[in-house]
Amino acid sequence: MPVITYRQALNDAFAEELTRDENVFLMGEEVAQYNGAYKVTEGLWERFGSKRVIDTPISEAAFLGLCVGAAMMGLRPVVELMFWSFAYVGFDQIINNAGCIRYMSGGLINVPMVIRGPANGGTNVGATHSHTPENFLANTPGLKVVCPATPYDAKGLMISSIRDNDTVCFMENTLLYGDLGEVPEGAYTIPLGVAEVKREGIDVSLIAHGRAVLTCLAAAEILSAEHGVEAEVVDLRSIRPLDEETILNSVAKTHRAVLVDENKPFCGVSSQIAALLAEHAFDDLDAPILRVTALDAPAIYSMPLEKLQLPDAQAVVAKVLSSF
Amino acid sequence: MPRTLSLPSKTKKTAAKKAARPVASKVAAKKAILQATLKAIPKATSKTAPKSAKVPVKAVTKAKSVAPEKVTLTASSKAEFSKSPFNSSLKPAQKINFLREMLRIRRFEQQALKYYNQGIMGGFLHLYNGQESVAVGTASLMNGHDEIITAYRDHGHALAVGMGMNECMAELFGKGTGCSKGKGGSMHFFAPDKHYWGGHGIVAGQTPLGLGLAFAIKYKKDKGCAVAFLGDGAVNQGVFSECLNMAALMELPIVFVIENNGYSMGTSLERSSAIRHSLASRAEGFDVDWSLCSGFDLYELRASLGEAMEKARTRYRPHVLEVATYRYYGHSVADANAKKYRSPEEIELYKTERDPITLWQNQLLAENVITQVGIDKIDAEAKAEAAAAAEFGIASPWPPEESIFEGIYHEVDHKTEAGQTGRFFFSE
Ligand SMILES: Cc1ncc(C[n+]2csc(CCOP(=O)(O)OP(=O)(O)O)c2C)c(N)n1
Ligand SMILES: [Mg+2]
Repeated sequence: MPVITYRQALNDAFAEELTRDENVFLMGEEVAQYNGAYKVTEGLWERFGSKRVIDTPISEAAFLGLCVGAAMMGLRPVVELMFWSFAYVGFDQIINNAGCIRYMSGGLINVPMVIRGPANGGTNVGATHSHTPENFLANTPGLKVVCPATPYDAKGLMISSIRDNDTVCFMENTLLYGDLGEVPEGAYTIPLGVAEVKREGIDVSLIAHGRAVLTCLAAAEILSAEHGVEAEVVDLRSIRPLDEETILNSVAKTHRAVLVDENKPFCGVSSQIAALLAEHAFDDLDAPILRVTALDAPAIYSMPLEKLQLPDAQAVVAKVLSSF
Repeated sequence: MPRTLSLPSKTKKTAAKKAARPVASKVAAKKAILQATLKAIPKATSKTAPKSAKVPVKAVTKAKSVAPEKVTLTASSKAEFSKSPFNSSLKPAQKINFLREMLRIRRFEQQALKYYNQGIMGGFLHLYNGQESVAVGTASLMNGHDEIITAYRDHGHALAVGMGMNECMAELFGKGTGCSKGKGGSMHFFAPDKHYWGGHGIVAGQTPLGLGLAFAIKYKKDKGCAVAFLGDGAVNQGVFSECLNMAALMELPIVFVIENNGYSMGTSLERSSAIRHSLASRAEGFDVDWSLCSGFDLYELRASLGEAMEKARTRYRPHVLEVATYRYYGHSVADANAKKYRSPEEIELYKTERDPITLWQNQLLAENVITQVGIDKIDAEAKAEAAAAAEFGIASPWPPEESIFEGIYHEVDHKTEAGQTGRFFFSE
């Protein structure tokens, strides 16, 4: 199987879907002639032309809204936010329009679009460029939220998201764009709402999404090699819909849950998982539900402190050991 | 203190003289046009008469320079509008139908108001009374490929495009038989099958959706255009400026219609907008064509909007049309200050002198298209239809409890594979 980057996996997904469906188009700042601020759309403008791959002015509210309107009419926009942090200037379009129009129209309208871009901290660019809004978006019934951790998942989930008939908020990660992984050629899909056990274990469940999954995998190796603890790593892959079954099955097996989340702790994704476990896995648990999340402050600029702000493998190891 | 517009009252006296002078630039021409039209405001009421942008003015397009003396509301200019290509071939039956549609909207809303005041209808109720000609005129110009979208003052547009009174009234009552199954309410009516995309509660939030409609039309090579309505207050939302830029940049077939009724809630135009000549002229900076027109006269509205729509359809030229209009009721029925931020005389002036329905009736009577008896009959039918719709709404059942979780995700509603994996709702 070819080994390609996370970035290339996404690029391949776009190429597949642009070829397959005339209604799919890409839009965003610098996505066409500049090849994408993070080169995720590289070469697509040259290949598919200006009708299908479209540069916009710096007007997130207008182009997000434009894509909602076009999606209502049956087109399938894939719209890039240079950073998900910039979604806030177009939040009205995402929440009120993409998120609520189907409901307010009594189900007459649907908005089949993908809003995508990187949503991560850890890149030394300060608070305004480091937001992880998956919890805000997943808090809106009507929206779906997807956070792939690997190149394989990125491609399969992206193709599913483009074919999905609802709005999918697709969160990538600038720190993962260069990661390599095995990715099949051609189109394949990974259903939204299906988590994956990325590592089997019997002693503790590490539950995470996005880059935190990789942190968990690294922590699991340390736990196994140095502490004789076999951790199971559950990759949520999508936040909404949420695969509760896989989460609960894992915890029923390991009796311990440590939630690892680059999202903030207060009303974050991990809060939702904790509530789920408290309600449905209380009897399975041998220890309190523990969390390792981003520290509850705006993303700091200073590099060494920023590293402290996000979960790393050592912090996960320490948290796991504290639960025994 | 309210800021002074570009038209201090002194200029009124000299307006006629100035208007007769040839003007050098297009901008100056527009200014002169506005000044000239002030003549049309009766002297006795000039104190309460609205200022520049609210007064009816003749449409001007960028392309041609208009001789200012022609622009007042004289009989001859009116006749000109009736002779425009968009009006000249109208059949009597069509003209009568416009009257019927306007009366239906007015009677529908008056019926709704009755029940709202009785407390058996909830929500907000933003009445369109006084503005009916704008929606009816627009719908009458739609070619089957055009798409329209508006804000929360949306009942008129809904009925004008052909939505039924029953489904609309039931929606106001929050009933399961409503057009949005009781999930949208007054501000959120939709009928995609009638090219009507809502009904939007966030001021100006619909404007980029309008861009998207226009984008899709062009993308699919359809033969239509998009018409996006917004209020005089909505023009101050940043997203609208973004839209003007993108409409021009991407050459989208869209007409933005500013329904300028002079007020955004309790704030008059003068207090909300820094303007040079008009709200529409802001489009100039984006290289978007613009024009002004009176919404009180259907011929004028159809002539101006028809031209703008045709240009959008055939040449992908976006356009901003500012329509002078007026609402009789408060911002919404719950607007306790409805009569405080404007004088009763002002409201009365518009009701008696500029009511689009009365003006159209008079026009049709003068043209011998209809008799008073005919008008009365249409009005009685509209009243009866509205009363029956209210009965239908009241008698309809509430939506079933389980419908709370319907109409959220397409994939779930259609029980597709993608709608089965994972948990979508987190109610319990
Ligand atoms: C973003 C936003 N801000 C404020 C409001 C509250 N609001 C609703 S309508 C309105 C006035 C808008 O006036 P205008 O655009 O002139 O439209 P009109 O009501 O006259 O039709 C206000 C302030 C809102 N709905 N959305
Ligand atoms: Mg207004």
